[in-house]
Amino acid sequence: MSDSVIRAAHDVLIVGGGGAGLRAAIAIAETNPGLDVAVVSKVYPMRSHTVSAEGGAAGVIADDDSLDEHCYDTVSGSDWLGDQNAIEAFVREAPRELLQLEHWGCPWSRQPDGRIAVRAFGGMKKKRTWFAADKTGFHMLHALFQTSLRYAEVTRYDEEFVTRLLVDDGRVHGAVAIGLMSGRIQAITAKAVILCTGGCGKVFPFTTNANINTGDGMALAYRAGAPLEDMEFVQYHPTGLPFTGILITEAARAEGGWLLNKDGYRYLQDYDLGTPTPTPELRSMELGPRDRLSQAFVHEVEKGRAADSPYGPVVHLDLRHLGEALIDAKLPFVRELCLKYERIDPVHELVPVRPVVHYMMGGVSTDIDGATPLGGLYAAGETACVSINGANRLGSNSLPECLVFGARAGRAAAEYASAAGSTPSVVEAQATDEVRRLERDLLGKRPGGESIAAVREDMQATMEEAAGIFRTGPAMAKGADTLAELQERIGDVDLADTSRSFNTELLAALELANMLDISECILQAGMQREESRGAHQRTDFPARDDERFLTHLLVHRNPDGRSRIEHMPVTITRWVPGERVYGR
Amino acid sequence: MADSIRLQVSRYRPDTDAEPHWQEYDVPLRKEWTVLDGLNHVKNEIDPTLSFRWSCRMGICGSCGMDVDGEPKLTCGTFLTDYEPGPVTVEPLANFPVVRDLVVDLSDFMAKLPRVKPWIIRDDDHRTVEPDVEYLQTPEELDAYKQFSMCINCMLCYAACPVYGLDPEFIGPAAIALAERYDLDSRDQGTRERLDVLIEHEGVWGCTFVGECTRVCPQHVDPAAAIQRYKLKAAMATVKAFLLPRGGR
Repeated sequence: MSDSVIRAAHDVLIVGGGGAGLRAAIAIAETNPGLDVAVVSKVYPMRSHTVSAEGGAAGVIADDDSLDEHCYDTVSGSDWLGDQNAIEAFVREAPRELLQLEHWGCPWSRQPDGRIAVRAFGGMKKKRTWFAADKTGFHMLHALFQTSLRYAEVTRYDEEFVTRLLVDDGRVHGAVAIGLMSGRIQAITAKAVILCTGGCGKVFPFTTNANINTGDGMALAYRAGAPLEDMEFVQYHPTGLPFTGILITEAARAEGGWLLNKDGYRYLQDYDLGTPTPTPELRSMELGPRDRLSQAFVHEVEKGRAADSPYGPVVHLDLRHLGEALIDAKLPFVRELCLKYERIDPVHELVPVRPVVHYMMGGVSTDIDGATPLGGLYAAGETACVSINGANRLGSNSLPECLVFGARAGRAAAEYASAAGSTPSVVEAQATDEVRRLERDLLGKRPGGESIAAVREDMQATMEEAAGIFRTGPAMAKGADTLAELQERIGDVDLADTSRSFNTELLAALELANMLDISECILQAGMQREESRGAHQRTDFPARDDERFLTHLLVHRNPDGRSRIEHMPVTITRWVPGERVYGR
Repeated sequence: MADSIRLQVSRYRPDTDAEPHWQEYDVPLRKEWTVLDGLNHVKNEIDPTLSFRWSCRMGICGSCGMDVDGEPKLTCGTFLTDYEPGPVTVEPLANFPVVRDLVVDLSDFMAKLPRVKPWIIRDDDHRTVEPDVEYLQTPEELDAYKQFSMCINCMLCYAACPVYGLDPEFIGPAAIALAERYDLDSRDQGTRERLDVLIEHEGVWGCTFVGECTRVCPQHVDPAAAIQRYKLKAAMATVKAFLLPRGGR
């Protein structure tokens, strides 16, 4: 079978082995042990970007908290663009999923009596964020990965990159993948496919995201005919380290850290976020939502009140008053990262920070079971848009999102696969076409003189210019024109590396093609949304416009390759759109 | 500070090269730049055919381990200025088969990891237990295993381990540290099952307690201590088996 274009057949194929993908795999193995499930990932699962999440995972557990309050915080945090049926399911199931992780060994931080400890987080009115010091994502991912090893029935294809979904008659039947070590290009067929490939921060130059976050699943779905949703909403995290973009967790502020301008002034008080208090107030000041804090930074720069650094304007995160004992107990990774990458000790010194691209609210449009409009295709985690995050995600909602919707998508895909028929023979021809495309168009190509790095750099600069914290119609239109030129240039990309073995240049070329498609979707949706909501702030349309835009935008790909935007209503169950109020 | 520093990089492409050879690249020397930044400069500006793994660039994903001047290091946390005036050598991690350039084959570790059962084992099979409430665990109980839970599987300890270098059957420092991580977890009841695996002849006995694993660990895990504890547990089990009826089980 190994020389055939079809390498293997499974019931469910999961693309991506991070938090959502592994949770989906375990859900299928537990609920449908008879099904044959496989996980294909371009990195070993424990390298997935879930590993970098720091602050925590939200789930109602404290006695003074309620599901309704978590719902309301999430709905208002989303600027009323989140779908409330999805948010209600998410909030209801998050605590059980986090308990499940506890049973699987996640070393959650504890109260003295042994119960789970929770901390405050931005935009949350109650303490409900579970944490494992400040390496929460790392511990969750390793607990999931190590637990997944129990299920020997789960097949893994590690370090294999999916290049195309196989689709026939509106249904997905598997994928074509390149084995990085072997260089072998073959199809893996499946009755259902779940995309769990994470976000696409690498379309921007300055991001907390890892090198692998190139939006592969979004691009695969888009090209296969599934629409992307809420793509115009890009989250800037307010506190990244200059130069590297390394994330300094919101937990630093939840534990009591302050944001200061160059005069040592807690400037957030000037932006309708409340008044300063010595100890943190929930939903106030430094514990406001990320979109509002990142926007306040830009205004401080405009007023000339930001500090200078070799890498542009910064503000300061002040943790000194927290003391060494608390920092070492609750924020050890923050201290380690500051010492290593800034040569600054936050116990004694101010930490320079600036907003940094962190998270995509948008993604592959799904229902609350992770199903896309394409038969047999599912998505979960940052790749997907359910949409619980709407126009702005609250910190610590994304880790439980991976668990809740990973498990839901796993169960739904298992049910679909159990009822699905056999793989049509046309799939083999499609796979052969894809193998030929990769062999001839990429590996066997004559040099065209363009460099991958140069096109990628131009794309990133274009996106920063056009789709930053504040946007305008003309700037986005100009960016879209530049992207069209870059799409031409990528056709002339020169692959110097013709080796079959671990060809990371080929990988980079395929990732770049994915990112260019996604960049275009971000700008097209951004141009259509003529209002300001959450993370999408347009200086030419500064107000929220519920009359025209209390709606999701879906980006479809037309057969000619161009994008087409459609509207989809927001689901409102119990919380009518209102003003977002923080600090008062 | 000089403007640039020379990297001597080990190159190997199995389709064309009989054996690895050195290639030199001059890269800018900046105080913020890590060895990984230098390699990315090479990849983006000088020679796109150089292959290496990397991802998070913040010391947590464990992808970018390489031998830098002969020492196993995470290249994303190793600064070029520490090697002034250079040249600095960059090689694939020792003790592993080389796939290509700086990329090594981790299949051996990935096959060994499940053997030590690195998951919570309970007498009540938790596959069927629906969680309504957490297993209580005090901060002190958490501290008992916490350091062993910090392993990022970066493989620096295998590259540094002289025993693994000589005897690839040795299960190795990270896997043993993870076994100990679960043994010490108050929620776990699987010590006996793991011991059965680890007292097989190449489990823990190969270790001659050199301690290199602990020295090179970027996460301050102490695999050498884990191995030592296993030897003690194994010895105790042997004594019990000798003295008690039914082998003390």
